[in-house]
Amino acid sequence: MFHKLLVANRGEIAVRIVRAAKELDVRTVAAFSEADRDSLGVRLADEAISIGPPPAGKSYLNSEAIIEAARRSGAGAIHPGYGFLSENAGFAEAVGAAGLVFVGPTPEAIRTMGDKAAARAAAKAADVPIVPGSDGEVGELDEALTAARSIGFPVMLKASAGGGGRGIRVAPDEAVFEHQFHTAQAEAKAAFGNGALYLERFLHRARHLEVQVLGDGERVVHCFERECSLQRRRQKVWEEAPSPAIDDVTRQALCKSAVRLAERVRYRGAGTLEYLYDEETGEFFFIEMNTRIQVEHPITEMITGIDLVREMIRIAQGYSLSLAQADVQMRGAAIEVRINAEDPDRNFKPSPGRIAAVTWPAGPGVRVDTMLYPGYVVPPYYDSLLAKIIVHAETRDLALARLRRALDEFELDGVVTTALLHKRLARLPEVQAAKFDTGFLERLLAVRAPSAPGQGN
Amino acid sequence: MAQHQVLSPLPGIFYRRPSPEKPPYKQDGDRIAEGDIVGLIEVMKQFTEVHADASGKIVRFLVDNEAPIEPGQPVLLIETG
Repeated sequence: MFHKLLVANRGEIAVRIVRAAKELDVRTVAAFSEADRDSLGVRLADEAISIGPPPAGKSYLNSEAIIEAARRSGAGAIHPGYGFLSENAGFAEAVGAAGLVFVGPTPEAIRTMGDKAAARAAAKAADVPIVPGSDGEVGELDEALTAARSIGFPVMLKASAGGGGRGIRVAPDEAVFEHQFHTAQAEAKAAFGNGALYLERFLHRARHLEVQVLGDGERVVHCFERECSLQRRRQKVWEEAPSPAIDDVTRQALCKSAVRLAERVRYRGAGTLEYLYDEETGEFFFIEMNTRIQVEHPITEMITGIDLVREMIRIAQGYSLSLAQADVQMRGAAIEVRINAEDPDRNFKPSPGRIAAVTWPAGPGVRVDTMLYPGYVVPPYYDSLLAKIIVHAETRDLALARLRRALDEFELDGVVTTALLHKRLARLPEVQAAKFDTGFLERLLAVRAPSAPGQGN
Repeated sequence: MAQHQVLSPLPGIFYRRPSPEKPPYKQDGDRIAEGDIVGLIEVMKQFTEVHADASGKIVRFLVDNEAPIEPGQPVLLIETG
């Protein structure tokens, strides 16, 4: 049982973890890079400790520096947040070997679910539907081509060691398969140090659904699903809970399948199982599991009333799950939009800089998770997420109205953000009718002149 | 003999190579033409090419590979004469 927690992350998630820990009377230590010395996470934490220079490879990805910082500050546990080392089994192992608690699953569970081929095998064994694909990794071109023919084109080539939408190529037909195979192999080797590939059928116009689970190593409960179909370059932009696309029968089948798979790997902590959903056939297919807290976790918290980050810490402290499945009820609808420091009218060009002034939306059913404050300088070294504006209301339509109201209240001077894109989306008929799939946003951005005045007003 | 400094257009991390296992775009002493790529700047996980805005011979790079860089900071020195 630990009473002091090192937060090995930055940005809004560091703030989120510090807040949860404080409510549990757990002392917090913010591990920061020199670029984040003035960050809100550092300001709010009880203590702070430098782990190195700005580049992530020398700080937030430097496992020795992080473990050493935990030791020096007397922390008993490390929370990895998301990204960085959060899904690195070697890091989880090293934390354990140093006599510290890793707030997350076991290294074995990270390894199994982090290896796409092993995760598919586990899903198969748990009777969870998977996208038609190769039986594990494909070695040579001949083997890959045979597998591609039996799966059917278009086929996706995915790096075993990839993730977060990286390391994926699509071969629309056999003619380009050989070229795509060699390119994907070389790219995977360069990006991940491992050229292994597996194949999956490419689903047209699928929706992205994901199920939130909580486990204590023995028992797993689900906290319903989120829909994250609005994506750009395979990065989520707007998320909702519950999914407006599925009925209760499908919801139960989907969420129960996630529990089966998570229980099979004796999952501990908070995790998310991602699925593709084919609206035409009503089929869902497991694609991968993220063995960590996710950016979009607040919408689940809004509809269930469960504090997922607090639960993670409690489980890591050794408590068993406080919830039975029947305790998890969902109410209303929640939407999260990501406010990124990117200019939607200039091809999402990054926009670091100093926050001159900021006015956050407030009032009923509005939550803002952010690390910004007036005068803060957004560093150029990390991802562009500045804030998440989250709304909750009794129905999806009311949540959309609340989102439009909240976005109109929001003002930020100093950097350009994606807020304008969200204002447009929240007024778009297709979005209001929830008629979208994972390609919708990119098609929209390609067709519409992004700076067309008055669009959607 | 005139010397010219190529300045960084952006804040971020400067890379002299297209990828970790590839050779640098340019070395000290190389001939360089206006428009040639001299490096990449990573800003918020996006990569932007840095181009030479003069021709000549590279005297030396003024920023190390993978070093933080500020807008307006000199990247390299070119002998234009």
